[in-house]
Amino acid sequence: MDIRLPMAAATVDERRAVDRILGPPTTGWEGGERRRVDGHVATGGHAARARRHLLLPVLHALQDDIGGISDGALGYVCERLTIPPAEAYGVATFYGLLSVSEVSPTVIHLCDDIVCRTSGAKELFTALADAIGPEGSSDGTRTWHRSNCLGQCDAAPAAFVQEAGVGRRVVVRADLDRLAAGPIDGRDPAYAAIGDAVLTARFGAPDPADLDAYRAVGGYRGLRRALEVGPDAVIAIVEAAGLRGRGGAAFPTGRKWRAVADEEATERYVVCNADESEPGTFKDRMLMERDPFSVVEGLTIAGHATGATKGFIYVRGEYPDAEDRLRAAIAAAEAAGYLGDDVLGSGFPFRIEVRRGAGAYICGEETALFESIEGRRGEPRAKPPYPTTVGLFGRPTAVNNVETLAAAVAIVAEVPGAADTKLFCVSGDVDAAGVVEAPFGVTVRELLTVAGSSHPPQAVLFGGAAGRFLAPAEWDVPLGYGPPSPPMGSGAVVAFGPGVDMDDIVQRIAEFFRDESCGQCVPCREGTVRQDETLRRLVAGADERGLLDEIAQVMRDASICGLGQTAAEAVSSAIALGLVGGAR
Amino acid sequence: MTGRRTVEVDGTAVAIEPGATILDACRAGGVDVPTLCYLETLTPANACRLCSVEVEGSRTLVPACSRIAEDGMVIRTATDRVRHARRMILEFLAVAVDLTTAPELLEAMAVYGADPSRYGTDDGSPRPDAVVDNDLYVRDLDKCVLCYRCVEACGDDAQHTYAITIADRGAAARVATEFDVALPDSACVFCGNCVAVCPTGALMVKTEFDMRVAGTWHEEAQTVTRTVCGYCGVGCNLDVHVQDGAIVKVTSPFDHDVTAGNLCIKGRFGWTHVRAGVDGA
Amino acid sequence: MFGAGGGTSSYEEIEHTDLIVLWGSNARAAHPIFFHHLLKGIDNGARMIAIDPRRTESAAWADLWLGLDVGTDIALANAVGREIIAAGLTDDEFIARATTGFDAYAESVEPYTLDHAADLTGVPAEAIRELAHAYAKAPTAQLCWTLGITEHHNASDNVFALIDLALLTGHVGRYGSGLVPIRGQNNVQGGGDMGALPNKLPGFQDVADDGARRRFEDAWGCAVPAEPGWHLSQMFEAMERGDLRALYVIGENPAQSEADGTRARRALDGLDHLVVQDIFFTATAELADVVLPAGAAWAESEGTVTSSERRVQRVRRVVPPPGNARDDIDILVDLARRLGHDWGQPTAEEVWDELRSLSPIHAGMSYRRLEELGGIQWPCRDEEDPGSRFLHGRLWEDPPRGPKAPFTPVEHDPPKDELTDDYPIRLTTGRHLDSYNTGVQSGRYRSPRRTGGTIDLSPEDAASMGLAAGERARVISRRGSVVAPVRIDRSLRPGLAFMAFHYPEDVDTNRLTLDEWDPKSGTAEFKATAVRIEREP
Repeated sequence: MDIRLPMAAATVDERRAVDRILGPPTTGWEGGERRRVDGHVATGGHAARARRHLLLPVLHALQDDIGGISDGALGYVCERLTIPPAEAYGVATFYGLLSVSEVSPTVIHLCDDIVCRTSGAKELFTALADAIGPEGSSDGTRTWHRSNCLGQCDAAPAAFVQEAGVGRRVVVRADLDRLAAGPIDGRDPAYAAIGDAVLTARFGAPDPADLDAYRAVGGYRGLRRALEVGPDAVIAIVEAAGLRGRGGAAFPTGRKWRAVADEEATERYVVCNADESEPGTFKDRMLMERDPFSVVEGLTIAGHATGATKGFIYVRGEYPDAEDRLRAAIAAAEAAGYLGDDVLGSGFPFRIEVRRGAGAYICGEETALFESIEGRRGEPRAKPPYPTTVGLFGRPTAVNNVETLAAAVAIVAEVPGAADTKLFCVSGDVDAAGVVEAPFGVTVRELLTVAGSSHPPQAVLFGGAAGRFLAPAEWDVPLGYGPPSPPMGSGAVVAFGPGVDMDDIVQRIAEFFRDESCGQCVPCREGTVRQDETLRRLVAGADERGLLDEIAQVMRDASICGLGQTAAEAVSSAIALGLVGGAR
Repeated sequence: MTGRRTVEVDGTAVAIEPGATILDACRAGGVDVPTLCYLETLTPANACRLCSVEVEGSRTLVPACSRIAEDGMVIRTATDRVRHARRMILEFLAVAVDLTTAPELLEAMAVYGADPSRYGTDDGSPRPDAVVDNDLYVRDLDKCVLCYRCVEACGDDAQHTYAITIADRGAAARVATEFDVALPDSACVFCGNCVAVCPTGALMVKTEFDMRVAGTWHEEAQTVTRTVCGYCGVGCNLDVHVQDGAIVKVTSPFDHDVTAGNLCIKGRFGWTHVRAGVDGA
Repeated sequence: MFGAGGGTSSYEEIEHTDLIVLWGSNARAAHPIFFHHLLKGIDNGARMIAIDPRRTESAAWADLWLGLDVGTDIALANAVGREIIAAGLTDDEFIARATTGFDAYAESVEPYTLDHAADLTGVPAEAIRELAHAYAKAPTAQLCWTLGITEHHNASDNVFALIDLALLTGHVGRYGSGLVPIRGQNNVQGGGDMGALPNKLPGFQDVADDGARRRFEDAWGCAVPAEPGWHLSQMFEAMERGDLRALYVIGENPAQSEADGTRARRALDGLDHLVVQDIFFTATAELADVVLPAGAAWAESEGTVTSSERRVQRVRRVVPPPGNARDDIDILVDLARRLGHDWGQPTAEEVWDELRSLSPIHAGMSYRRLEELGGIQWPCRDEEDPGSRFLHGRLWEDPPRGPKAPFTPVEHDPPKDELTDDYPIRLTTGRHLDSYNTGVQSGRYRSPRRTGGTIDLSPEDAASMGLAAGERARVISRRGSVVAPVRIDRSLRPGLAFMAFHYPEDVDTNRLTLDEWDPKSGTAEFKATAVRIEREP
């Protein structure tokens, strides 16, 4: 490819960061020393361009080690991977955790989303602005930005800190002192169960990355059974259990697996969608941190059932602890023969690779996730063709949410109650925010009761920012798939107490979608902006309900993906319930 | 899956070939569907959604330009829902960008009754000026609707130079070079294949831009003559636009299989030697 | 090829082939829209192997690049042929049915072992082997070349070496498999079509063919010589000998485009009479006794041109020629009248229809059909004939029609301008994307990418000569010297330098080049000059 590189050269440290992922360059043509033979032969072409999927890992390495991506560094990346600089720039600028405009030793992302902003985040902004300067400015070593939900709502307010050359860390119950300190996390997991604990059964394990401990409590029974009964039977078991996707779309998991298994293809993939980013949602993080083997085992079962030999786990970039745990679990599973060329001597080869997201809510959309793994901007693809036909790298692919895979493990292992249990994330104005495992049919009021609250909330958001505010009467509806239950979404339950400024909350949701729209299609890119602006006018007293309805309709009707299609749900429901603007 | 299929477009049965899109079916049935990001020579970007239609059984509207028509599909293009989506999309665009050199969109706005004024007055935030960083073509991001056509033409669908990309995301998304360097410092090879596909005049050859600024650009007074490029031996067809006896622009026909609308820098811009020295050029 | 003077394939075929071999061609810069078709082929999954001394912007797209030393193409091709034979990868059925001379060819390539070729070309043996196996095993393959093959003293032999490879493997005469010379100038193919070759009448009919010659004599009412005329290089030699005293140059700028420009200008200066017909007052026109201002063919006159895929297409008058400039046909007709021949005032279409009546391969190409079909590829023998996407399909018929295709054994013969201690650097020449030939036309628009004339050096050579980018250096060959700013180019290896020839007013590259020419085609060895480079104070 005839790429034209920027004039600036990468520094030694920048090259080292890139080489950490790619290994040192082997020829003069990819940035190494020009050897005599390089003057007479070179390879490239298809094989070189097929390395594009390494772009995001390399950009992460630069961000991690250097604190940003300079033009020289980007040029070196492009030279190594045969990527045009403009393309790489387009990718780097797409993701919130990558910076091409500044190189900063420490970047603090402080959550100001709907839970954190009612839990002290606003006060912390003021403190940070006093300490460092306005948002985006630097005091020489630190810079800070406001962030959308970091998935730490059980310990708000939260921050995510990138420290060049040191690492990434999450700070919960954040204040200035805790932000300045080194790694201090180590909080107790907040979880509870109504009825049998299936998915949370192992959350209390002292060392979640201990494979023996996992096996001692029934771990890998599911995979052994799957290998015994064979792919067809596994799919039948999962179908019979009625397992549906727990990421929000609720698609029947067995049907998805069968569709992939039935495709004529030489290669197939399974992907675990661990890009949990729905505001108010943190159950997948908890699963990965507290029970990583269940995710690894679940993906292995999915691979076996669908005929895939390679699995990816795309884990949210703001979840460093979950990523570490998964990597440790995968390494342990490989060492023990649960992953590799011949899983448990069955002849089934399967490997898992962890890929890290880089700060983009949209990458939770399955086709955007593919684009991201492939080293591109996380822009959703048109469907059809569906991922089960044309998925990752153009191959049939089954994408499953973290919780779905954990549930599949329990179902295949015949754990009692496995098919009938669901994780909910209860946060906001409650006494004990956390993950609540409960059987289907539980009500929002019951979930709130478990979490405890001294006063009834004035509003409850169910299913995340893409979900909707529930009328009080709906708090008593048994939750499940299909009416009368409201859509399950991510299973997030966020309570807003009487003192909360709901105008501010609803505007923050509109802002969230404006921030997170990928910008590809007009209804979503422009619609989320117009919704935000029009909502502001409504809050200021103008009667813009008609226009907001119209904006909502076109976003729902004509957006390319679920983000735009649901970007007006919460706002519309808030207006309908009189939670926002002059209508109260 | 071979053999012809039949779909219903607005109540009329239309026979189509396998692989035909809904847009193909609509056109075959004589039904007009507006498009913006779609172009025959490019991969559908699915970005503008202006061609959205209703398909029975589909929860959302469906982009006609990219969805393959299936046998028995029932398609409706003139429902309130469809008209609403198109009107809103046009309003969104008109609020966000300057459409004065996009006559087809202005026409569509009239057809669909689009009224951008209801989004409140201009917030007065500065709008970008046209970027004139070379002698051959001009970029005016204030006219850019982010249809992806230029990025596709510069990239996979034609030129494979990848000088431009979509940078940033959401409302901040924009067409950019790496680190927003000026075109002459980028990978741009000035083929102008991006200019050729731009539907709004956000990309414009410099001759046209200058004449428009001077008020001397009169498209209705121009003739277009097809000939063959005089440079290398590939035989690219040129459409030469002439006004008042002088060449003012060169394009290439999209429906000719040698160029498919594309040219190189010499073909598109290297014509100034004609009449050089005669008209003081 | 095999008697037909054009490439065998269509651009479209390269989009659907399995392997693209680009040999001595920087099409990305020199033929950008052909390269679009090639890129579609790559996108559709074709592998690409590039053979070029430089890793050009074209070669950068290749799965494998072989950076051979300048002028060692035959050594490389013969080694590829030998390896194909040795590995048993030949298409024996095709060879037996459709070709002659295989045994002699096999014998001739026997000395070209991979190791021997690696010594001669500089390319590692393993890479040569990979090229051989890839080409032989590909279901379909397009072998494309341009001036990197033909601007050598043994240009025709170079071409034969490539044709031999296609015959070995059956990569010709089928959809997706062919031999594709891309023409450097817009109507080089058309010039050949029209008989602007020393040994051909229009439609590639041989002057020695009595029947063909008689048809033209009958139509034209005059005698046509049966002996071939001179090609360009022979003309210059004839000028130097004094055998050629008057020259009529139409649309060519030999004072700047010929190799060894000093010598070329001396020859032109020595003529008794020089007539130049051109759209500009070129350097050659400055030497002329009479200058006939002409219209730009592509925009100021009517007619046809033929492209590299043998497609005849219409050019049309977009604007009238300026001032006293006139259409080429007008000038020629008027000149004939002054010389006592009244040809009337034929239109371009009438001239074309006469050609169609005499050239069977163009017979079916009426102006109306050319218009309707967007051009037609020859041969097109009647008005029902859609034209020919590819040539030599006959070789695959059983038994094949027409003459068999002959293998032509050729031997490696290094460049004439030897590298020595005094002239240690190999200078090769070529094109820039935004410029064309001597810049007569392309120099008049303002390209943001134009670098002007430079001497391009490898980083290593620049460093060892103590030259930095932008510094001025004197490039000295055995024939002359020029001064140019240094450009450092990583696509060059040590010992290899590059110059374009578009900017003769500033950097007259062809003062350096050698006019050793190929006895068969008359093309000079622009691609291989021995130079030394000195810092210019």
